[in-house]
Amino acid sequence: MNRIKNFFSTFLLFELLKGMAVTGRYLFKPKITVHFPEEKTPLSPRFRGLHALRRYPNGEERCIACKLCEAVCPAMAITIDSEQRADGTRRTTRYDIDLAKCIFCGFCEESCPVDSIVETRILEYHGEKRGDLIYTKEMLLAIGDRYEEQIAKDREADARYR
Amino acid sequence: MSFQDILFYIFSAILVAAALGVITMRNPVNSALLLVLSFVTCAGLWLLLEAEFLAITLVLVYVGAVMVLFLFVVMMLDINLDRLREGFWKWFPFGAMVALIMVAEMSLVLMGKYFGLEEMPAPMPHDADYSNTRELGRLIYTEYVYAFELAAVLLLVAMVAAIALTLRHREDKRPTDSSKQVKVKKEDRLRIVSISTIKKD
Amino acid sequence: MEYFQQQFIDLFGTEWGAMLYTLASNMTFIFAIVVPLLLGVAYLTFAERKIIAYMQIRVGPNRVTFFGIPWLRGWGQPIADAVKAIMKEIVIPTGANKFLFILAPVLTIMPALAAWAVIPFSPELVLADINAGLLYILAMTSMGIYGIIIAGWASNSKYAFLGAMRSAAQVVSYELAMGFALVCVLMMSQSLNLGDIVNGQQGSSLLNWYLIPLFPMFLVYLISGVAETNRAPFDVAEGESEIVAGFHVDYSGMAFTVFFLAEYSNMILVATLTSIMFLGGWLPPIDIMPFTLIPGFVWLLLKIAFVLFLFLWFRATFPRYRYDQIMRLGWKVFIPITLIWIVVLGGIMQLPETMRNTFPLNIWF
Repeated sequence: MNRIKNFFSTFLLFELLKGMAVTGRYLFKPKITVHFPEEKTPLSPRFRGLHALRRYPNGEERCIACKLCEAVCPAMAITIDSEQRADGTRRTTRYDIDLAKCIFCGFCEESCPVDSIVETRILEYHGEKRGDLIYTKEMLLAIGDRYEEQIAKDREADARYR
Repeated sequence: MSFQDILFYIFSAILVAAALGVITMRNPVNSALLLVLSFVTCAGLWLLLEAEFLAITLVLVYVGAVMVLFLFVVMMLDINLDRLREGFWKWFPFGAMVALIMVAEMSLVLMGKYFGLEEMPAPMPHDADYSNTRELGRLIYTEYVYAFELAAVLLLVAMVAAIALTLRHREDKRPTDSSKQVKVKKEDRLRIVSISTIKKD
Repeated sequence: MEYFQQQFIDLFGTEWGAMLYTLASNMTFIFAIVVPLLLGVAYLTFAERKIIAYMQIRVGPNRVTFFGIPWLRGWGQPIADAVKAIMKEIVIPTGANKFLFILAPVLTIMPALAAWAVIPFSPELVLADINAGLLYILAMTSMGIYGIIIAGWASNSKYAFLGAMRSAAQVVSYELAMGFALVCVLMMSQSLNLGDIVNGQQGSSLLNWYLIPLFPMFLVYLISGVAETNRAPFDVAEGESEIVAGFHVDYSGMAFTVFFLAEYSNMILVATLTSIMFLGGWLPPIDIMPFTLIPGFVWLLLKIAFVLFLFLWFRATFPRYRYDQIMRLGWKVFIPITLIWIVVLGGIMQLPETMRNTFPLNIWF
């Protein structure tokens, strides 16, 4: 009896029709795709995207060239040169991040004693030439200046857990 | 010279060139492809003779199936060309003799009027609704039915023999049986058990 | 029409004029078939991406549009793809047989387009109304395999070669089942002419279509058609998870696009043949007033679209067959079924007249 049932269900393509019914049903289901540039998924305040260098409210750059981030970076993406300024403080003359190497682990941010290097929520950036993905100190500071409000808010939101 | 004559000469030129290529090409794959080309042009010539059924069958059977398998084999085999060329002069007299006999036979047919065969008629052109296929089918299944069936049985015997010669059961191998595999049901392989995720003390 | 013919005769003389007129009118007809066909291929790829995406709860291509018109979003995609393909370089691998490498795509597309010559689009709209139309179609579709084999061999790559071998074996074996299924059709219609086959299905409703008496053959033909065009779930010739992309791994740019065009125009061809031979071609489903007003050409297009939708539906649903299962299905399932059905059909056709005139049989025989 079972064999007869199997025989007929095979030749009537029962299982195939069942499969097609599933895909046929899904044809009319609402689609879950997020239309990216117009719609965006919510980001966590801890999101690790493009880097930025921050400044103090008085305009002085925070980075003191302690080179902790350079040391901790597992991909060795950060290069720092430093010198003593006329007022006796230590500052960077060069702060390069090679984003082609960066793995966005966030260690640089963790290690920074003055909250200078941070990772922002920016994720849609690109480079058209190879060199475009090496971000220099000026570029990182510019990003920090531009998004300071958002960056400060994210640090504030996460401060309880740090 | 009418359009059909021009077509005839074009097809014949391609056919002769391709046929020469088949025997002169060094690469067997190229030879096989040129053989395909000569089959196709030959089919074109037959179309000019109003033998549309035969022409299309030539393409269907020889080009579509037989030559595909030929190519299949030729491409898979790593043929040593030097070994093939070795016996050329040894076999040359034999080959030349066969070629001569064929030429003689063909000239007997083609130059029929010199041998007193004036009554060989040229095929009559037919009107458009004449179906070559229907006529051929009628002839095969009425007048030549025994010869036809005999040929069919012969082919069947050859097919069965070929399968019987190559079919062998090996004891050291466990072949998969697709028929058995497709019969497997979910119930035969899968057992769903419910396990409590919370530890009971 | 006759005006143009007269013009040609005046220009080139009686004999050559008439001949050149035939040539010119045939060329026009060929263009009238091929250009919409290629456009149809382009939009078939779009339909495929859209439909499969919808079945996978995605949205598919929805960006490229014409002149920024928002409700045409996505419709520019096939055109953009075509432009991209034309711009790209055709890379010829080292060690490849250059002549055959370039010849292969041409050999694939040639039969795919040539087969359209005998397709009747409506009772009078057919390029070549030859008596052996069905045989011609079979011959042309069987020639498509050469492009694949030559591509695989000329690429001088193992993956391409494996793909070609698989494809060759598969196409040759499914051609048999396909041919036998068609034998049933021509036993019913008693003609090899595609127009006569459609006329044989004329009747009051869709019950007269060969779909009903030959339903198993319809399934066999449809499935063999999928296998013959190397479409999912029979696409082992490209099987990207096993042999990268099969016979066309080494092709790029326009050469690859030509393979693509051939595959999709073959798909449309199989869909058209299925509509003509089993779904009544240009005949409306019911021969009453509102349906008969729509021209036959539109009915044919609708049927083709339906079969193509089935093709896409199959691709979205079924996982790829294993190679030995494909061979088993072709040789051990389809060929016996078709052979038995031929004998059964022959038996029914030999029944005495009075029995064939009783109810269910009198519709078809």
